[in-house]
Amino acid sequence: MLKIRNINSYYGNIHALKGISLDISEGEIITLIGANGAGKSTTLMSISGIVPPDSGDILYMGNPIHSMSPDKIVSLGISQVPEGRRIFPDLTVMENLHMGAFPRTNKSQVSNDINYVFDLFPILTKRRNQPGGTLSGGEQQMLAISRALMARPRLLLLDEPSLGLAPIIVRQIFDIIKKINSEHNTTIFLVEQNANLALHVAHRGYVMETGKIVMEDSADNLLSNDDVKKAYLGL
Amino acid sequence: MIKFEEIKKSLFVSLWFMFLTFPIMVIHVNPIDKIVNWRWDNLLFVGCGSFILSFFWRYFINRKKSGLRQSSPVISPLSNIMARLRNDPKLFRTLIAVLAFIAVAFPFTFSTYQVTIMTTVLLYIMLGLGLNIVVGLAGLLDLGYVAFYAVGAYSYALLNYHFGLSFWIALPVGAILGAFFGILLGFPVLRLRGDYLAIVTLGFGEIIRLILENWNDFSFGPSGISNISRPSLFGIEFSLKSSSIFLYFIIIILVLLTIFVVNRLQHSRIGRAWVALREDEIACQAMGIDKVKTKLAAFALGATWAGMAGVIFAAKTTFINPASFTFHESALILSIVVLGGMGSIPGVILGALILILMPEYLRAFSDYRMLLFGAIMVLMMVFRPQGIISDVRRTYELDNKGASG
Repeated sequence: MLKIRNINSYYGNIHALKGISLDISEGEIITLIGANGAGKSTTLMSISGIVPPDSGDILYMGNPIHSMSPDKIVSLGISQVPEGRRIFPDLTVMENLHMGAFPRTNKSQVSNDINYVFDLFPILTKRRNQPGGTLSGGEQQMLAISRALMARPRLLLLDEPSLGLAPIIVRQIFDIIKKINSEHNTTIFLVEQNANLALHVAHRGYVMETGKIVMEDSADNLLSNDDVKKAYLGL
Repeated sequence: MIKFEEIKKSLFVSLWFMFLTFPIMVIHVNPIDKIVNWRWDNLLFVGCGSFILSFFWRYFINRKKSGLRQSSPVISPLSNIMARLRNDPKLFRTLIAVLAFIAVAFPFTFSTYQVTIMTTVLLYIMLGLGLNIVVGLAGLLDLGYVAFYAVGAYSYALLNYHFGLSFWIALPVGAILGAFFGILLGFPVLRLRGDYLAIVTLGFGEIIRLILENWNDFSFGPSGISNISRPSLFGIEFSLKSSSIFLYFIIIILVLLTIFVVNRLQHSRIGRAWVALREDEIACQAMGIDKVKTKLAAFALGATWAGMAGVIFAAKTTFINPASFTFHESALILSIVVLGGMGSIPGVILGALILILMPEYLRAFSDYRMLLFGAIMVLMMVFRPQGIISDVRRTYELDNKGASG
């Protein structure tokens, strides 16, 4: 579904991605793990077109998307849940969800999808008319995921959904991620620092270090790999 | 109620002010007679004045802190009234009818002088509402808004001078040129935000003014353009008095159009995109909103109204020169938006009424105009940072019962 071939991305002079290649097939949950500053978020930003790569190719369904603007990429069916949630604090939950559906024009479908995400996260129903900024961290993460789902993505990019959340909330959110994947066959690309959790959810995983992919394997193999255990699982 | 502590603090403030103002208020050097006058009585006035002011200041601050939100007697009931108006359509309609009656009756009951002032107020309401799109909704701090006003004014003046074009043709031309210049400014500042954006827009405003001032062959330089024709109606020319009344009604209609369009924009798709852009640019892009188009639309639509207001200004004064388009104007329009409440239409209207009418009716205190202006701004920032009438966005209620919205 998504093929990344040898991309290089820069933040000013900083060479953040040094020749990354990876493959995501339809229906998979793929995780990208690595330490702070490894370039995980940049990889997502490059896919979304917010930090476009300087060289290399990103192919989505066989078509190059690396030189498209972010809004075009979203309309192709790739949504991102950005790191740190980035919900709109002064807009209400409903308005946030409507922002997620911005490229869509079919009103009845949009309101069906709003009901769908309210089913996924019932707590948001209660908070619907509350400004996003007044929600708790976990609720904000739920809102961020819901907002991204409102664009009806075929590929959902999740950037550290566990960031700063209590373990019980994290588990809840990961269950929902699995549910989204199995119910709608939505492909999920999950970037995480919580490697243990991410590898338990994912089918396959990539390990990233200082701008390069250093390992690629099925999630089970990565979980039992000694180097991964030592570096990322703390075992 | 009055605590000793408070009095002590105010006493310190007054001592401090007496010390600070000592050189200018007390010492008076007469260079001709080479003597120094010591005006000790001034020291007493400064002391007493600052003591009283500081005491009241503390009193109001404390009241605000202790939860009594009625810190200023005028303002809080005002937002209550606004809330009531929103919820009670009957009251709202009555108010609109009363306002419409006053607006129509105004030019026939008051003198030409009053009508001219009111026209100015309406002009600034239009400018404020235009800038409100850029600053209030899209959150792009534009300090060079007056440039588009100048573009509008000069487009009418020059078209009228060279080709004898009438007001009615120049009005849309001014609007289009305003929008064009808005996009022209928008392109280079797409990547900028906050302070940097403010600096570039400030520069843009100055560039336009300097061009008008120095390009003599084009704009006639500082001497400006005079004898611009007033608007006519189907070829009928008016006397001075009826022409100012006519202009008053033209601008009333245009202000109503502005309010209507801005209100629709605010609750439209692009309005929501602007609000999202204001709150979080990256999230906005991740939602599939075209940042470039959204920003340019904000600049263009904001500048359109300034262009139109410029045409009206030129028609109203019949004489323009670059001195009318200084940074001070930009600052005034921005103050109207900020004082009234960013993003709020009634706020901008009230802001324009206060900031334009106040200097007109307080001409006796014209020396202290800037002082008063500053004082109002400081008071507002302390007691009501969100503006007099803050923005309340429409909430959406459309699901569960299916698609009803």
